[in-house]
Amino acid sequence: MSGMLTSLWLYRHFILSSSRNELVTRFARSKLGGGWMLINPLAQVAIYALILSNVLSAKLPGIESKYGYAIYLMAGLLAWTLFSDITNRCLNLFVEQSHLMKKVNFPYIALPAIVVGSNLINNFLLFISMAGIFLLLGHHFSLVMLWLIPLTLLLTAFALGLGLVLGVINVFVRDVGQAVPIILQMWFWFTPIVYPVNIIPEVYRNGLNFNPMYHFAMAYQEVIVYGRSPDFQAILFIGALAVLLLFVSLFLFRRSSEEMMDVL
Amino acid sequence: MKALSTQDLGKAFRVYKSELFRFARWFGLAVKPAEEIWVLRHINFDIKPGEAIGIVGHNGAGKSTLLKIVTGTLQPTEGKVKITGRIAAILELGMGFNPELTGRQNVRHSAGLMGFSSLQIDTAMPDIEAFAEIGQYFDEPLRTYSSGMQMRVAFAVATAWRPEILIVDEALSVGDAYFQHKSFARIRDFREQGATLIIVSHDRNAIQALCNRAILMEKGSIIKDGNPEEVFDFYNALIAEKESSTVKVTKLGDGKAQTSSGTGEARVEEIFLKNSKGNIAECVSVGEKVELHIKVKVYQHIETLVLGYSIKDRLGQVMYGTNTWHTENVIYKPLRGEEYSFVLTFPVNFGVGSYSVQVALVDSDTHLTANYEWRDMALMFDVINTNKKQFIGCLWNEPQIHIEHLIK
Repeated sequence: MSGMLTSLWLYRHFILSSSRNELVTRFARSKLGGGWMLINPLAQVAIYALILSNVLSAKLPGIESKYGYAIYLMAGLLAWTLFSDITNRCLNLFVEQSHLMKKVNFPYIALPAIVVGSNLINNFLLFISMAGIFLLLGHHFSLVMLWLIPLTLLLTAFALGLGLVLGVINVFVRDVGQAVPIILQMWFWFTPIVYPVNIIPEVYRNGLNFNPMYHFAMAYQEVIVYGRSPDFQAILFIGALAVLLLFVSLFLFRRSSEEMMDVL
Repeated sequence: MKALSTQDLGKAFRVYKSELFRFARWFGLAVKPAEEIWVLRHINFDIKPGEAIGIVGHNGAGKSTLLKIVTGTLQPTEGKVKITGRIAAILELGMGFNPELTGRQNVRHSAGLMGFSSLQIDTAMPDIEAFAEIGQYFDEPLRTYSSGMQMRVAFAVATAWRPEILIVDEALSVGDAYFQHKSFARIRDFREQGATLIIVSHDRNAIQALCNRAILMEKGSIIKDGNPEEVFDFYNALIAEKESSTVKVTKLGDGKAQTSSGTGEARVEEIFLKNSKGNIAECVSVGEKVELHIKVKVYQHIETLVLGYSIKDRLGQVMYGTNTWHTENVIYKPLRGEEYSFVLTFPVNFGVGSYSVQVALVDSDTHLTANYEWRDMALMFDVINTNKKQFIGCLWNEPQIHIEHLIK
């Protein structure tokens, strides 16, 4: 484990510049550049808000503002985008980079680190632009917002852990790479992001407790929409889960890296 | 002191009945793989600092796998590699280059991937830029480069820092002739400064020019380790074995028509080449005096017997050809059952390469009036350069060079 940390430190400049390059090159030669990165999730918000706000805004408890639903959506999407982007990228990471891994000897742990780096930058920019919209809509912030920092870190750890486990397995069983995007799409609709949790019948609501993304989304919504600290028990649960998953994934990653090269 | 040493190195690719067994192994369960395919086994060699080694062998002999283990991208299944100092590999130039980034940004990225710090990269940047010699293009996106320019940048960054061990894969023919010279000069400089060199190539000239030792690999093991000339002779013999066996196969098919082409009144019974020492050889040196022995048997009564031959290079171009009509060695009225031995002595003034001998038995200066036998590729031989000065081309035509110092 300490070996991984040392190589991450040694390669810090490389990871930082690669994270930036990844964003820069994705939008190279487009006039709007990085703007597209933000337009995509914001357009999603606009679509849902336009179509569903009349149906759902009345159901949001404790929200007076008529833009309440849009803000609720953005809070959930901020969390979901970070999660699904990191997981999806990690899933195909080793398969995509196999060419490089076969020819150049460098610490492979730098690859997921670059994914985390570029997605954190991405998510930060998304947050800034959402915050701008919140202010325009007359929504206020408090110091509770600082909760977003540990929440982002935990969510990153969770997504990275899950993504790495799936990414490693995907090297050996390529079906995983095909199945996961479908599962993620279903998962999105099983998480109260677009709809409030209270429209789910009481009977099924307990089941949601087993969905870690429910707790993450709820924590984001608590902090951003209601200005309240998130539920401490839930944080403990997802925090423990994220750390555990991260350790499992790093263990798996170390064990597999030798054979991974044989198969790639 | 050794720059590199391997101890009983082996690499096996494991196949499992199900991937689940593989996963179980990571968690400590003792699962036997369904199949183990050994691509390398019992590899033992030491390289002293400053040595230059060429690794040769057929495709699939295990050269690339060995290099990957040495550079560290593949882990050996058994055995160990010990390396002293930094190792740099030019396996594939321009790995990880991004077309949207500029040359300079790609250099930073690539050097970062090699593990150099920001400061080290900044220090080396002017040298890299100067060596690549692509002018203001250095700050343009890579997609605007020609492939030669990309190679220049890639080579410049790959060799910007002198490694203790430099590994070069065959793709060293980078860019135009000028840059090729420049890159070869840089590799020679590294050598002179004491770097150890490992080259993988099929190019005999490149290896003989740079290396003082060669290793021949076949089917995952080292079958010959010695000076390049000796190893290449052995390698050529291996190739010759394979080539003649393929020739045999073609002879069975439409090749048979070719061998028996002709009316058969006279036939070549035997053909071989003797080197200057009088031994039968398939591999001779540039300038060596050789004897081409051709034994002919007469089966029917004929008026005249003329032997024609030509020596062709691997592309089929005739290097030299003549017949005994032109040399005025015509045999008149040979008797049935008689045998003649033709011995043609000549110096091999050919360039380095592979050559074939085509022979014809006819009645006059052409094979149009009578063609007793015509045989393509009756004999194959290789020409190598052992004791002549370095030259290129298909003809050995060494000049006397006289230089006069003119005072202004």
